[in-house]
Amino acid sequence: MVKATKVSNHIRSLRFANGEMTQAELAERIGVTRQTVIAIEKGKYSPSLELAFRIALVFNVSLEEVFSFGDKTS
Amino acid sequence: MSDVSFGEKTTWIYAVVTVGVAVAYFATIFGQDPGVDVTEIAYFQPMLMAVSAAVLLTVIAQILIAIASPKEGDKKDERDTHINRFGENVGYYVLSLGILIVLGLVVAEVEHFWIANAIYLAYVVAALISSIAKIVVYRKGFWPW
Repeated sequence: MVKATKVSNHIRSLRFANGEMTQAELAERIGVTRQTVIAIEKGKYSPSLELAFRIALVFNVSLEEVFSFGDKTS
Repeated sequence: MSDVSFGEKTTWIYAVVTVGVAVAYFATIFGQDPGVDVTEIAYFQPMLMAVSAAVLLTVIAQILIAIASPKEGDKKDERDTHINRFGENVGYYVLSLGILIVLGLVVAEVEHFWIANAIYLAYVVAALISSIAKIVVYRKGFWPW
């Protein structure tokens, strides 16, 4: 249950590409705490599918443009 | 803004209060004259008081922290829920082991004093291990899927 994930994400770059959106603002828009956004960005938490879709919706991109499986780019 | 979530703060509070009160209780009960027969030690009322005090202090501390950081005080998300479930699961196994030990004490027909205190100790150890598990995954990362 507690093992590192192979899922990486591009949330940090997407935030900067979207008017340098803060972690607090993203957290507010997807309905989680700022600490959870930090954990997701750092790859320390894998969000549920629903939360992953909510993140993609905020940036108006597809899920694959936010998360990828196997590579370590972030 | 703090990098420690409200969920992690409440976990710390629960652990510190539960263990702190238990240490005070056991120090009071076992700090008496070593020659005293355990059947003469009034443990039941102090134990009830300790459990009540732990619950009360935890609630008060959580309210104070919520007041200190009102923006975070009512926020609990899926990560908090998953981490809480994981920690409670760990605590369940520890408590189960504790219950088996208590069962052994019952079978051995030891004094009620030891059985009651073993139950309380099992609860405290389970709460501590559960809290440690939660804090570790809050810090190191958690991948529930």
